[in-house]
Amino acid sequence: MNTTSASTDAPVGGSWEELVTVALLGTERRTPPGQRPGQQAPVALLDAAAVETVRRRAGIRPARAAARPEPAAPDPRTTLPPAAARRLATLLADRPGTGGGRRGAAPDLMELLPQWLSLANARGFAAPPQTLPALLDAARGRTDLRPAALTFAGPRALWLARLNPEWRFALRASPGGGAALPDPEEAGHVQQLWQEGLFAERVALLAAVRAKDPSAARELLVATWTTERAEDRLMFLDSLRSGLCAEDEPFLERALADRSRNVRATAAELLSALPGSALAARMAARAVSCVAVDRTRPAPVIVVEAPHECDASMERDGVVPKPPAGRGERSWWLGQLVEAASLGTWRERLGGRSPEEMVALPVADGWQAELHAAWCRAAVRQRDPGWSRALLGTPSAPEAGGPGAVSLAERAKLLATLGAGERAEWVAGFIGTHGLSEAFQLLGVCAVPWAGSLGRAVVDALDIARDAGNYPWSFSGVMGLAERCLDPAEAARLDGLTSVPDESENAVPGAGGYWAEAFQRLVTTLRLRATMSAELTTP
Amino acid sequence: MTQQAVRWTADQVLALAPDAASRKAGSKLGAAGPWSEAGSTEEGTVWGLCRGSGSKPYQTVIDIADSTGPAYKCSCPSRKFPCKHALGLLLLWAGADGAVPSGQAPDWAAQWLEGRRRRAEGRSAAGGGSGASSPGDPEAARRRAERRAERITAGATELEQRLADLLRGGLASAERAGYGLWEETAARMVDAQAPGLAARVRELGAIPSSGPGWPVRLLEECALLHLLDQGWLRRERLPDGLAATVRSRVGLPGSADGPPVRDRWLVLAQYDTADARLTTRRIWLYGAESGRTALLLSYGAAGRAPELALPVGLAFEAELSAYPGAGQLRAALGERFTPPAPAAIRPTGLTTPEAAARYGEALRADPWLDSYPVTLERVVPAPDGDAWQLADVEGESALPLSPSSRSRPDLWRLVALSGGAPVTVFGECGHHGFTPLTAWPQGEGEAVPLC
Repeated sequence: MNTTSASTDAPVGGSWEELVTVALLGTERRTPPGQRPGQQAPVALLDAAAVETVRRRAGIRPARAAARPEPAAPDPRTTLPPAAARRLATLLADRPGTGGGRRGAAPDLMELLPQWLSLANARGFAAPPQTLPALLDAARGRTDLRPAALTFAGPRALWLARLNPEWRFALRASPGGGAALPDPEEAGHVQQLWQEGLFAERVALLAAVRAKDPSAARELLVATWTTERAEDRLMFLDSLRSGLCAEDEPFLERALADRSRNVRATAAELLSALPGSALAARMAARAVSCVAVDRTRPAPVIVVEAPHECDASMERDGVVPKPPAGRGERSWWLGQLVEAASLGTWRERLGGRSPEEMVALPVADGWQAELHAAWCRAAVRQRDPGWSRALLGTPSAPEAGGPGAVSLAERAKLLATLGAGERAEWVAGFIGTHGLSEAFQLLGVCAVPWAGSLGRAVVDALDIARDAGNYPWSFSGVMGLAERCLDPAEAARLDGLTSVPDESENAVPGAGGYWAEAFQRLVTTLRLRATMSAELTTP
Repeated sequence: MTQQAVRWTADQVLALAPDAASRKAGSKLGAAGPWSEAGSTEEGTVWGLCRGSGSKPYQTVIDIADSTGPAYKCSCPSRKFPCKHALGLLLLWAGADGAVPSGQAPDWAAQWLEGRRRRAEGRSAAGGGSGASSPGDPEAARRRAERRAERITAGATELEQRLADLLRGGLASAERAGYGLWEETAARMVDAQAPGLAARVRELGAIPSSGPGWPVRLLEECALLHLLDQGWLRRERLPDGLAATVRSRVGLPGSADGPPVRDRWLVLAQYDTADARLTTRRIWLYGAESGRTALLLSYGAAGRAPELALPVGLAFEAELSAYPGAGQLRAALGERFTPPAPAAIRPTGLTTPEAAARYGEALRADPWLDSYPVTLERVVPAPDGDAWQLADVEGESALPLSPSSRSRPDLWRLVALSGGAPVTVFGECGHHGFTPLTAWPQGEGEAVPLC
């Protein structure tokens, strides 16, 4: 605004450009304009330049307005209460990488941000606009925060992201690149976007339609299926995973003949998750022929005769013929058959037994690990709580703690098929018997906040670990989870643990103080979570 | 002082932090964990015990209601001021989660408060006398001032000679001469007891390496320095106001002897600039009654925050006395009558052409002004190529943002606050462009600091 628009009037002592030229070359080579007699040339130049500089600055005019950005879409959600807005600012100010060092008894604020965001989203609050840059920066650094942060940030964050390349990720992460998706009810718009949209837009559209009307999404896909590229087909097929229903079967059955192996495998996997599907029945027929109860022995035993070949029809149903390195091909095939077979078929095949009884049957010739692992995968895939319960066994059983047939990772998946209450009870029982050292993964699948019995089991186990003379950082993972997941109402019960105990005989030196600090942090964090939640309510 | 102190926001508390490390450390302590026996009174005293690494907890007490600004006392050994414990305690108090209940101050806190109150009373009782007490012999002081003026005159004359030499040989040679020449000249101006001239000379040295268009900027600054030299050498012939401006620009200390103006002052902005020796804090105030804008300056040694801190968006009743000089907005804070409290006051705003004209008019009184504080009303931040501008919502005018404000993350807070809708923005408008410092959203809403 300063130079160009100002100096259109005739200047006093020569034009500004002329003065600059003289100044650059020096008055020894050029005579400045407007030099009075008896005046030194450099002084004349400085005089003229001073007048001209102040004149130019005083004559500043505004620039021409550039195109103003389109206003951001309005955010109809409720304004955040002031206390909650301040809390958000504090949580966002606690960025990792600035400082570090020991946390001491202070809560880890960054770890509370996800919980704060999900609460705020659940209660329908809008983000204060001035916090959006910090929110977007936080989401940029932590992908796990992105979905909740972007939901909370709302339409204005996408508006901002279009102006700042550093926040492009927000456009990619949100459906349709930030463009508004057509209402799934408007058939015309949906058809148009499906036919003409970019790949990302189409994936988002399919997901949106699937969420509202599963059949409509499938029909959309069927219409263009033969013209899609193989990679795209795989992605589209994958989006049928949500809302999978028996009506999808004919389409999936056709996809078993797809040109692409990955598409075939995905179709087979989806079909096997439908217990009533023809594929599940075919796989069951194959699996059943491999597994039987041997009644000739004094006590019933399961005998396994793994398949001798992987024929073309098995391959068509998604069985991968070549095993990974280090596995025999027959056991590899067996695993896939059992995994895809409907679990309901076993009852009849194995003599009308309940899942618990079948799992309890001994398995001959060392096939137990293979068979039980395949049943686990089937129970997870078919989301069968009865079988999951049977495979999990009782939490206090001695083998539940060790690396038995069912690994911790598999147990965690099996637990996920159970209801929240049952899950919490099982994990509480597990911790009560086996302590915390193996519990981290299992705690991760429990609903937050933890149920009363589970929370008590964790706290008791921590207390026992302290008395056993451990250092608290051996349990930092569980401690961190407890800070985020324990019901804030439990804080009062923990007060007794926060004092530094007298050093007992078997304690490690100094551990008592660290434990007290860790419990203090736990209590503080719980109180903070209770406050956070209270702040996020409309008065 | 008896008025109930309103709880501050976390932002306002964090604005008191002397540096980023304290802000971080204070935030960590802003949770109930390490604190015990914390409490506050309605008059605005906050206290608490903070468990640190030692066996004895630190005793922290803060008096925010005091009319001379928040005062802190902590038994920790930190030399930062306020220390992280004081910040943490204030955050805890600002969080309003009931961790700092109302109550009766414990003895150790009450003693300190009592001592402060007594001293404050002593000061105000002695107030009349201390102002009049003369700094020694007036005759000696006059002779000292004369000697200094002579030194400055010698310095200004020498500087004139150096500028003339420079332009005789051409600015192109200045690029080759590099920084050393200017550093040496600046040192000569320090010897001449003209810190204002020294600072300007030092800035000249950085211009040749400041990118395209440097000859224009160098000529401008040389010419303004020449103007200041000439102003000093002929100060007897200048009108009083302009002569005072020249004296303060050259670097002579003035005293805020203007008549005290009592008003309700809204804190518009507070920001620090630091160089190797000094941290300078600028606080812009807006008088709700008078409509005046005033500047408070305070200084801290390198790396330490100046003591005066006023949270943006709060207003307080106080007296301000202006420093001498035409077009000078600097004032000194006199007596404060109320502690800072949230207020719905907003400064009245201008359109962008009016703001540009305001800077032009201000140059009449002080041609060395780089910028002038203005509030823009109903402007929209708009991208303009790589740069940004604030465009009037009606009409075709806009002010480009200054290059320094373009690269700051706070620009995005302003853009986010606007969301394409008009906002009110306070900032400094000058020949570099507009530097936004604080913004208010359309309709209701608190001030959002941008610096």
